[in-house]
Amino acid sequence: MSLTSDGAPDSTAGDAGTPVIAVRGIAKHFGSIQALRSVDLDVHKGEVVGLIGDNGAGKSTLVNILSGALQPNAGTILLDGQPVTFASSLEARRAGIETVYQDLSLAPDLSVWENIFLGREKTVKGPLRYMGWLDRRAMVREAEADLDRTHIRIGSVNSLAGRLSGGQRQAIAVGRAVSWGSRVLLMDEPTAALGVEQQETVGELIRTVSSHGVPILLITHNLPQVHKLADRVAVLFHGHVVADLRCSEVTVDDMVSWITGAALGTERHAE
Amino acid sequence: MSLRLPSALTPPGTVASGSGPEGAESQRSAWLNAVDRFGDYWMLGVFVVMVLVFGFLSPSHDLFTRASWLNISQYAVEFLLLAIGQTFVIITGGIDLSDGAVLGFTGMVAGVVMQGLLNAHTNVTLTTVAGFATALALGAFIGFVNGYLITRLKLPPFIVTLGTLTAIGAGATPLINGGNEVINLPSQIGTIGQTLIGGWIYVPVLVAAVSCVIMGLVLHRTRFGLRTYSIGSNGTGARRAGIKVDNHLVKIYTISGLLAGLAGMMVMANFTDASPLAGQNDELNAIAAVVIGGASLFGGRGHMLGTVVGTFIIALLVTGLVLIGVSGSWQEVATGVIVVAAVAGDQVRLRLAER
Repeated sequence: MSLTSDGAPDSTAGDAGTPVIAVRGIAKHFGSIQALRSVDLDVHKGEVVGLIGDNGAGKSTLVNILSGALQPNAGTILLDGQPVTFASSLEARRAGIETVYQDLSLAPDLSVWENIFLGREKTVKGPLRYMGWLDRRAMVREAEADLDRTHIRIGSVNSLAGRLSGGQRQAIAVGRAVSWGSRVLLMDEPTAALGVEQQETVGELIRTVSSHGVPILLITHNLPQVHKLADRVAVLFHGHVVADLRCSEVTVDDMVSWITGAALGTERHAE
Repeated sequence: MSLRLPSALTPPGTVASGSGPEGAESQRSAWLNAVDRFGDYWMLGVFVVMVLVFGFLSPSHDLFTRASWLNISQYAVEFLLLAIGQTFVIITGGIDLSDGAVLGFTGMVAGVVMQGLLNAHTNVTLTTVAGFATALALGAFIGFVNGYLITRLKLPPFIVTLGTLTAIGAGATPLINGGNEVINLPSQIGTIGQTLIGGWIYVPVLVAAVSCVIMGLVLHRTRFGLRTYSIGSNGTGARRAGIKVDNHLVKIYTISGLLAGLAGMMVMANFTDASPLAGQNDELNAIAAVVIGGASLFGGRGHMLGTVVGTFIIALLVTGLVLIGVSGSWQEVATGVIVVAAVAGDQVRLRLAER
């Protein structure tokens, strides 16, 4: 019993080709609790897909599986059509799946460029590289270029991350994620901690990134925002993707009724 | 504002740090950076003031003599060596209470080893080398055990290193050589301690200075140093960035132990004997030096130059108070006051940042 509207994505799949990332029949249980039953989801090049659902619907479990923090009990992840498995979040990142966590994962006491290059530092050439001697100049230069692409001004890349505003820090986290040639970007509640104006900034950031062809999976509670930003939304309900909706064709109220399961009742009767 | 506990009191991985200001305007960042910078360097000012005050209060300005410099610098060696390792540990948000005890223990074991080798008529130079090797290897091993327990068993650094301090300092060290000093040592040990380079620098001072420069460069210029800061600043983030946090912490505690072993040998060279009392309570002065130098017990902040200044502030307190005729006990009082002031300053900065 697949509840995804298989017909609709198929018609667009012809345009977009193989999905950049696709999940097929992903299931995950924690003891006797079935968090995900059988999830199918496609994300195509340049697409912004919202992942919505009530608390406990399985959103974070799915994100954790895609980012490599959890391993599924069943099902496959396809990256450009190739099945992949991730034993750790590092493996997922190496495969090109970058995650912008809700807490942003920035070190407040490190500078912007240090945050951007953390874990993938550039070292100098010559004998000092055996000591892990940092090539600060190269990293500063590249960090500036990366942030220019996100079109957000943060002053100096030498500023401490902890001294920047919420929107600026969000920009750094996104800039860092997309600077590594990522193939898909997961964003977990990117605007939860932000004011209205900064939410707008992040919205622009999302459009900029997707216009470069990097697809984004946006996990959020903010329905008006996801309605505005996303091309499609996938609704998780009791561990299934119960609906795959085009944002241009539905209203925020429609989304609410899918999230609460109200629409599901009528849909089932209709089927 | 909720109370934040230094992560040294909590097991690694449970670091629940508020990630700083939410929605701070960027205009404020300029003067906050200035506050940061001031916070990093105000102790340098304190140091200069102390030098001037003690210098001019001391009879016939004794502080500005060569003898006084030799005295202070020689005294500072053991604290500086311990404080170098402690700087790394505290920047990760941990603490190493065991390094003073490790200093005493490694010195005693190395002393007994060298005494045994001399009694067996081993070459004196070879004996000295064996002594150094013993102290460094033993110190590194104890540090490794500390790091292993902290990371693999997820125990708070405070508890693990307190256990090591008690087991080694109060337990094991007094058992060696019947709790007596080891005085039958190779003559080279004494030579190291007494040799003056250019009339101004004792060899142990040079050893401490070179260690300080090397480890300072490692901290501020290499990948290892950057990752050290990242672990203390945001441990979860460091893990997500692919840093092997546990391995890194084990390395840092191992370095701290190794430097304590080196300090054990330098103290031995200084006094030309190995004493079971060596290093007692040194960890407190080392921690004080690092905190005075601008490091945060919450992790993520601190620097090597600050540690050097902090060490010399403590060394100057001891010597300076004696020079102006104040009882040595007041030095302990003054150190305590300065440490509390430094931690309070750190808290004020945190609060300013969170507002």
